[in-house]
Amino acid sequence: MSKGRFGIHGGQYIPETLMNAVLELEEAYNHYKEEEGFNRELTELFREYTGRPSRLYYAAHMTRDLKGPKIYLKREDLNHTGSHKINNVLGQALLAKKMGKTRVIAETGAGQHGVATATAAALMGMECEIFMGEEDIKRQALNVYRMRLLGAKVHGVTSGTATLKDAVSETMREWSNRISDTHYVLGSVMGPHPFPTIVRDFQSVISREIKEQILEKEGRLPDAVLACVGGGSNAMGTFYHFIEDPGVRLIGCEAAGRGIDTAETAATISTGRLGIFHGMKSYFCQDDDGQIAPVYSISAGLDYPGVGPEHAWLYDTGRAEYVPVTDEEAVDAFEYLSRTEGIIPAIESAHAVAYARKLAPSMGREQILVITISGRGDKDCAAIARYRGEDIYE
Amino acid sequence: MSNRIRSVFENGKAFLPFITCGDPSLEATEEMVYAMAEAQADLIVLGIPFSDPTAEGPVIQAANARALTGGATTDGIFAMVERIRRHTVIPLAFMTYANVVFSYRQKGAGEEQPGGIRAFIRRAAGAGVDALILPDVPFEEREEFALPCRENGIAFILQAAPAPGERISGIVQAAEGFVYCVPAPGVRRTEGMEVLVRQIRQEREIPCVIDTGSFPRSEADSLARLADGVMAGTGVVELCQRYGKGSASHVRDYVRRKKEAIGIL
Repeated sequence: MSKGRFGIHGGQYIPETLMNAVLELEEAYNHYKEEEGFNRELTELFREYTGRPSRLYYAAHMTRDLKGPKIYLKREDLNHTGSHKINNVLGQALLAKKMGKTRVIAETGAGQHGVATATAAALMGMECEIFMGEEDIKRQALNVYRMRLLGAKVHGVTSGTATLKDAVSETMREWSNRISDTHYVLGSVMGPHPFPTIVRDFQSVISREIKEQILEKEGRLPDAVLACVGGGSNAMGTFYHFIEDPGVRLIGCEAAGRGIDTAETAATISTGRLGIFHGMKSYFCQDDDGQIAPVYSISAGLDYPGVGPEHAWLYDTGRAEYVPVTDEEAVDAFEYLSRTEGIIPAIESAHAVAYARKLAPSMGREQILVITISGRGDKDCAAIARYRGEDIYE
Repeated sequence: MSNRIRSVFENGKAFLPFITCGDPSLEATEEMVYAMAEAQADLIVLGIPFSDPTAEGPVIQAANARALTGGATTDGIFAMVERIRRHTVIPLAFMTYANVVFSYRQKGAGEEQPGGIRAFIRRAAGAGVDALILPDVPFEEREEFALPCRENGIAFILQAAPAPGERISGIVQAAEGFVYCVPAPGVRRTEGMEVLVRQIRQEREIPCVIDTGSFPRSEADSLARLADGVMAGTGVVELCQRYGKGSASHVRDYVRRKKEAIGIL
């Protein structure tokens, strides 16, 4: 069996032409992750540039309203650039720089990862090109402008369904055309080894902080942690340091779109089956011939037909649970959190808030629930207004 | 490994055209296979379309999309190959993506009938396919595919790209049938391929096949001179794009021309 396995999942299913690049990356990562200088530099960036540690906020109104456990929000939305994506991007960009790369490329769905990558490239003086589905470019005009403002070149991808999966394919193609000076900043815990591990390690700062913060505030670990799952990077970051704590339930919230009994869904674990795609063995939405299914969610960031291999393994072993959340439930939660706590979450994160609303009434008042708010919702306001039948100009 | 695969390189430099099955229909593909056999192609690479061909450029991406829109299925392609085998002994290879093989399920076989890699490969062998090429399966991941291929007499073709000598040596030792040489990106692509072929030959006597389509004319010629076989990735596909169902005669002429040109290099 090859490297980078999580149970049967993971691996390196990529063309021979990309193998040199991932082997070089693995070697560099194994070296720098232990290096004191690298870690000091990254910690400094996290603190001074991103604004870490992000707050663990006690949501008093939501707690009172749901009459269940104490609810805490892990505020990744307060990071510079507005989402958890910056954690991974700063780590990878710094690594790329140490490797002597002068150019970074990345895929993006909602545009959050593209904005974060363009930001890191601007900060570190690197050339940056972003690949984004034409459909998403239409849905996320503001983020496209932000990327260009930051000096990145944005390429529209028209192949396939012109969404996130096609952007990933196109970025992989671009990488195999130009490797020597270029690093592919993959945005989630997916793709070929070593990406799922690298991205998880950089995102694991989320659960490391939650653990410290909750011990300080409550003197004990939470009973459950919740996060939304597309490829699964903020969820992996939220789960990682709790995997060895069996008392903590790990719950991933997938985008069910119009429902898991319809074709318009992106809930991979609920509706997909085992397959091989985008460099990894994992669960994928696909048809009987193994053709990857066109998926759908109101959230461009969760609109992906696969899930990271470590999630697939956490599901197989029963260590984590994965639940579907529909567009309607997510939009309700988007409005709910805005009104009860004065926090506008990203529509992606609203999927986790939605499930918390269902789960909380069944939990005891002495229990603790942590929800990761992976990003802020400014970018979604126009789309949600449209969903509610109101046309506004950005 | 079948005797047909051994025969590919027995009559001088081989020409291996690629075609996407079902572009624009399986009937058209079948007709073109006969045309290519008549024009003395040495092995025909049959692409099974995939929704997301991550290693392909725009020409073959579009062909995959046309084939899937046209209704091509894996079972339909197996049935086509069975028909073809009644008419010709020309060596045939399947080229597709790992998931098409891994997630294969025979229609109407029911849940209790296990699908997957073994079922696909058994069916391919039964239909008379001689080799399997999976662009997204590198050396490290080969065993789960190569083992069932070996058991069923199908050559699992490995790709080699310019890389450190140790890596190439491992690939060449494990290779069956021939080595499919693919270029690494960068400014010295042609030079890289020449070095690669030399390294392979030092390691072992095994045919080297190069897809010269992405090289400028003069470099393509010098690579073709070096190789034991030339694969044409986009040549036939471009004709399909242009002539659709009426491609067979154009494909026949194209293969004949290429075969001649390669023969006198």
